[in-house]
Amino acid sequence: MPVEPHVTSPRTLSEAYALLAQQPHRPVAGGTDLLVQITGELGDPPDRVLDIWHLDELRGIAVDGDALVLGALTTYTEMRRSPLVAEFLPALSEAAATIGAAQIQNRGTIGGNAANASPAGDTLPLLIACDAELVLGSERGERSVTAGEFWPEYRRTALAADELLLRIRFPMVGDRQVRFRKVGTRRAQAISKVVMALAWRGDDGTAPWRDVRLALGSVAATPIRAGATEAVLDGASPDQSTADRAASTLAGELNPIDDVRSSADYRRAVAARVLHRLIREAGGW
Amino acid sequence: MTRTLPPNSQPTAAPDALIIPLETRVPGRATTSLPLRREGPAKLTGVAKYADDLVFPGAWYGATIRSTEPHATLVGVDLAEAFDWSQVVVVTAADIPGDNVVSLIRDDQPILVPIGGEIRHQAEALCLVASADRETLRAAKRHLSVRTERLPAVFDPLESTEEFSHLEVGQGDLDVGFAEAELVIEGTYRVGHQEQLYIENQAMIALPHPDGGVTVHGSCQCPYYIHRALKRSLQLTDEQAVVVQAETGGGFGGKEEYPSMIALHAALLARKLGKPVRMIYERHEDLSATTKRHPAVVTHRTGVMRDGRLVAQEIDVVMDGGAYCTLTPVVLSRGVLHAGGPYRCPNVRIRGRAMATNTPPNGAFRGFGAPQTEFAAETQVNRIAEALGMSPLELRRLWAYREGDTTPTGQVLRESVAAPEVLEAAAEASDFVRHTEQTGRARAARASDARSASGIGLAMGWHGAGFTGSGEVHIAGVASVELTDMGVVRVLTAQTEMGQGTKTIFPQLVAEELGLEPEEVEVAPQDTSIVPDSGPTVASRTAMVVGGLIIKAARRLRAQVEAVTDRPFPDSYQLFARDHGGMRVDERFEPYPNVQFDDATYTGDAYPAFGWACAVARVDVDLDTGEVIVRDVVSADDAGRIIHPVLAEGQVEGGTLQAIGYATIEEIKLVDGRYLNDRLATYLIPTSLDAPRIEAILVEKPFSGAPHGAKGIGELPMDVGAPAVVAAIHDATGVWIHDLPATPERILAALTGAPTPAAPGVSVRAPDRGGA
Amino acid sequence: MSFRFFVNGDPVEVEVPGMRRLLDVLREDLALTGTKEGCGEGECGACSVLLDGAVVDACLVPICQVDGTSIRTVEGLGAENKLNDLQSAFLETGGAQCGICTPGMLMAAEAFLASGGPSDEDSIREAIAGNLCRCTGYRKIVEAIAQAAEQRRAADPHPA
Ligand SMILES: Cc1cc2nc3c(=O)[nH]c(=O)nc-3n(C[C@H](O)[C@H](O)[C@H](O)COP(=O)(O)OP(=O)(O)OC[C@H]3O[C@@H](n4cnc5c(N)ncnc54)[C@H](O)[C@@H]3O)c2cc1C
Ligand code: FES
Ligand code: FES
Repeated sequence: MPVEPHVTSPRTLSEAYALLAQQPHRPVAGGTDLLVQITGELGDPPDRVLDIWHLDELRGIAVDGDALVLGALTTYTEMRRSPLVAEFLPALSEAAATIGAAQIQNRGTIGGNAANASPAGDTLPLLIACDAELVLGSERGERSVTAGEFWPEYRRTALAADELLLRIRFPMVGDRQVRFRKVGTRRAQAISKVVMALAWRGDDGTAPWRDVRLALGSVAATPIRAGATEAVLDGASPDQSTADRAASTLAGELNPIDDVRSSADYRRAVAARVLHRLIREAGGW
Repeated sequence: MTRTLPPNSQPTAAPDALIIPLETRVPGRATTSLPLRREGPAKLTGVAKYADDLVFPGAWYGATIRSTEPHATLVGVDLAEAFDWSQVVVVTAADIPGDNVVSLIRDDQPILVPIGGEIRHQAEALCLVASADRETLRAAKRHLSVRTERLPAVFDPLESTEEFSHLEVGQGDLDVGFAEAELVIEGTYRVGHQEQLYIENQAMIALPHPDGGVTVHGSCQCPYYIHRALKRSLQLTDEQAVVVQAETGGGFGGKEEYPSMIALHAALLARKLGKPVRMIYERHEDLSATTKRHPAVVTHRTGVMRDGRLVAQEIDVVMDGGAYCTLTPVVLSRGVLHAGGPYRCPNVRIRGRAMATNTPPNGAFRGFGAPQTEFAAETQVNRIAEALGMSPLELRRLWAYREGDTTPTGQVLRESVAAPEVLEAAAEASDFVRHTEQTGRARAARASDARSASGIGLAMGWHGAGFTGSGEVHIAGVASVELTDMGVVRVLTAQTEMGQGTKTIFPQLVAEELGLEPEEVEVAPQDTSIVPDSGPTVASRTAMVVGGLIIKAARRLRAQVEAVTDRPFPDSYQLFARDHGGMRVDERFEPYPNVQFDDATYTGDAYPAFGWACAVARVDVDLDTGEVIVRDVVSADDAGRIIHPVLAEGQVEGGTLQAIGYATIEEIKLVDGRYLNDRLATYLIPTSLDAPRIEAILVEKPFSGAPHGAKGIGELPMDVGAPAVVAAIHDATGVWIHDLPATPERILAALTGAPTPAAPGVSVRAPDRGGA
Repeated sequence: MSFRFFVNGDPVEVEVPGMRRLLDVLREDLALTGTKEGCGEGECGACSVLLDGAVVDACLVPICQVDGTSIRTVEGLGAENKLNDLQSAFLETGGAQCGICTPGMLMAAEAFLASGGPSDEDSIREAIAGNLCRCTGYRKIVEAIAQAAEQRRAADPHPA
């Protein structure tokens, strides 16, 4: 039986804010990361836990103006079942379907994935590629942080000690295309060796791409954007020479590591080849 | 009153050597109403009690303090003053009354490393702690530290100078063979560790007796191994040591020898404390410390003629035993004996050696050395077929053993040789020829920028039934069938149920002999104070060897009862028990007729019979990522007479998936002799989505030495799956993967010509320890 | 702290630390040992139970989040002498070998059957992908679930 830290279960957001303002607490949402850390004795267990599962303010999927908004407590199962996600951000339901298996999808949340800040978190590249904004809140009020700025270093987030992640806003850009691809060791219950999200604006087919975002996970200490590769893609048409150049640029700009799941060589090579394939599929050649 | 008849044997009828359709009614197999799994309802309702489900009031929790270095001297164990040690009990090697060894083949492995002693691997047990609650236990562990002095470590078996065992088998003259050969093909194949990954972790609970004896309940395959270990190290009598198997959640070899260690630990704590102690491993500890399948390096040099004839095989096998001997010499010998594959060859030499390294000891795992060497043999055969421009199916038709052929130990295969039958059955069911043509055409037509490819691959294998050589004679197992005073028939053996179906087929076999329904025959609990030592539940020997013993015992029981009552057994046994009391018939193993083996020269009949298997796998390979999906596998297996088709299929399907995992994703990386894949998040086995559609074809070539013709099926499918997958990957991509597992990393490197990833199974040195 | 919820239809109240895992509450506080622990890390699914009908790993759920919910475990299915249709299908097809994965497998299958979705082989395989089995190769488990799905459909062709 693992360590059982003290836990409080507030029923309202303001109650939660008050507790956080008094003392540091580690939030627990679906628990699929936190309980593994406590049971597996991975690092020191938190002294105090804040159970945010009952905070309805952090739930729900809605369209708010020009953004698709997901409450931090939205589970993967909810994302997969949501007609709004299917319509406006199908890549997210695709990503949700690759995470863990039924048990994890029923409990794991998008907020937990973001706040846990694992470089292998599968939704993180998607958030970055979609210019998502993370809305944080505390007794001091609410503020927004872009996904690009939310993970400053290894396993760290922009959250202050008294803050909660409330919701995530995905701006809905009419002509934006988003693609998601994960390479793991097996077909379920697998942490990524490489995970990639690619977004661009432009008409279908061979028209030049604009506003290209290429974000990757599991290839660095944080989820990253591949700026040099984006520069190659921006303004280019998805043809073979673009794909070749983009793939080799990506291989050159990544600096992954060897670890228990894969090797640096493999990650670099596969990232480039997966990107090549995504461009090829988009270009239809 | 129960009378016990002394062991003796009776002539047995040899069953016909046939392939019998499963619908046909044959002795020993109930086809009309196949009995359902005996303990199934208990397992399906959560009623079945596994070790961790057992409640013993007042029991304390035990923990093991382990080394964090691969090779060192244990200088001391320090208990910090800040902690109140009266709340816990600590056991060190000094507390062991008898021999500080886990009794197996060699007396090299300590139960706990003594102060001043040598630590030989990471996660080695140094001392033990128990406490009434887990919080205190955690605190005690934090306040206990060990002092060590580092020694240089050896990680590569090819660099090791310490040998556990070696052996050589062969026939003919290699020089003559290679001189004759028109083509010589060489290859080196490497395989890494594989974890058994029973889903129930290792677990033992020890209850002290007032007289110093101890009862141990736990998850295990071999209660009498534990019994022997307890007697020796705790200096107990036969009666003072009692071992009771709890419901066991899978073993696959992993619960053959290691449970003795855990039982000793629990018993030492319980005796010192005077209370029951629970030693329940968590997954992380189980993965870090318990035995794995031996890594191996196998080198082949094969001489063939252009027309395909096999004329010379030279094979060198090196296995990594890890830090202690455990069962390594036996694993090596099985590996060597199967290393040539099931093929006729006039000139053969196979050499094997097992080396020590500073990594956790390797041990038993389904297949027991054969999956390693048969992967190498089959991949070599498939490469030879390619070199000759022949179909791998045709080549095997030419080479496969038939009755009358002689193996490298000089064993003449007199009967029960189903190599041709399994080959044809698998080829036909998988439509191998047609699919091979299709994948060949697709490969020829494939554009250079194709993103995926499909392939099909075939491999065959053999597996010696029961123990190697004279093993069974040395064990001299005894099994019994009893008619109790109450008029109940029950089977007494030490054979454990771990899911294979022992508790279902034993009553079935006995009922068949006695004319009863299987439900009318009980199975005595696997408790050493109740059942005789019928030998360990390993080597697929349960159905063949012990099944044979209980059939003979049942026949004698029936004859004795009928001689008195003069009426058929089913109509008279209860009356007999009422009037004459109970009767127990013990049957001791008698050597199979005409089976002879010389342990000194390693010649003769290495096994009383062999089982035969052939697998055909179909895969899809993603050419961008090297990811492999195994689509389907046909596995044709001959295990002599099939006793229970549903259970036998279950063995084939489960064994096949373990082989697929071995082939594709199950990998252990090591740094400084420590397993990095020490959690279920990093040691991955196939899920339902990774598992192929598996078709099991049961072929029956009975063995006349066993009264029911059975040869055992548990290990066969494990031998053939991996080379079939690797052949299919080659068929799809054109690249040969020589190292297992064939990970996407290895496949992509082969496809792109990038440097081959590091060899499997060999530890990387710790970055900061450089040359140590 | 005190938490109230239902287990297999019966109301229960436990007085335990709020971060205690549902798995430990079931096994140790309520003596319901049918739910198994294979890893404690959400990887094996041996601890699967239904929480308000959804399959979850009991090793990852703190009891504070179970307050007010309804839990179903293997003990809530059929009894030894009165197996339910799914359990019977497992028994007949050979879907349980060593049995340690079985309680969790049954609960994942129950959630799948209750979802009323298509019961083709791929859907069944996806539904149990979070439940590792080392013995069976999954084939007979998939068969058993398909058989139970077929029976339930036949018994109630138009579920509400
Ligand atoms: C078997 C298994 C498989 C998995 N597979 C995948 C996978 O394929 N891909 C993947 O990306 N992940 C995977 N995960 C990891 C995990 O499921 C996800 O990261 C999940 O999204 C975490 O969400 P949660 O609600 O369970 O987080 P929790 O465990 O509750 O929390 C995680 C962290 O985030 C913090 N936190 C949570 N919510 C908030 C909030 N609203 N505000 C502030 N801080 C917060 C917590 O304090 C904690 O530090 C897997 C985990 C397991 C056990
Ligand atoms: S014990 Fe919960 S998933 Fe393994
Ligand atoms: S039946 Fe043994 S793990 Fe599934």
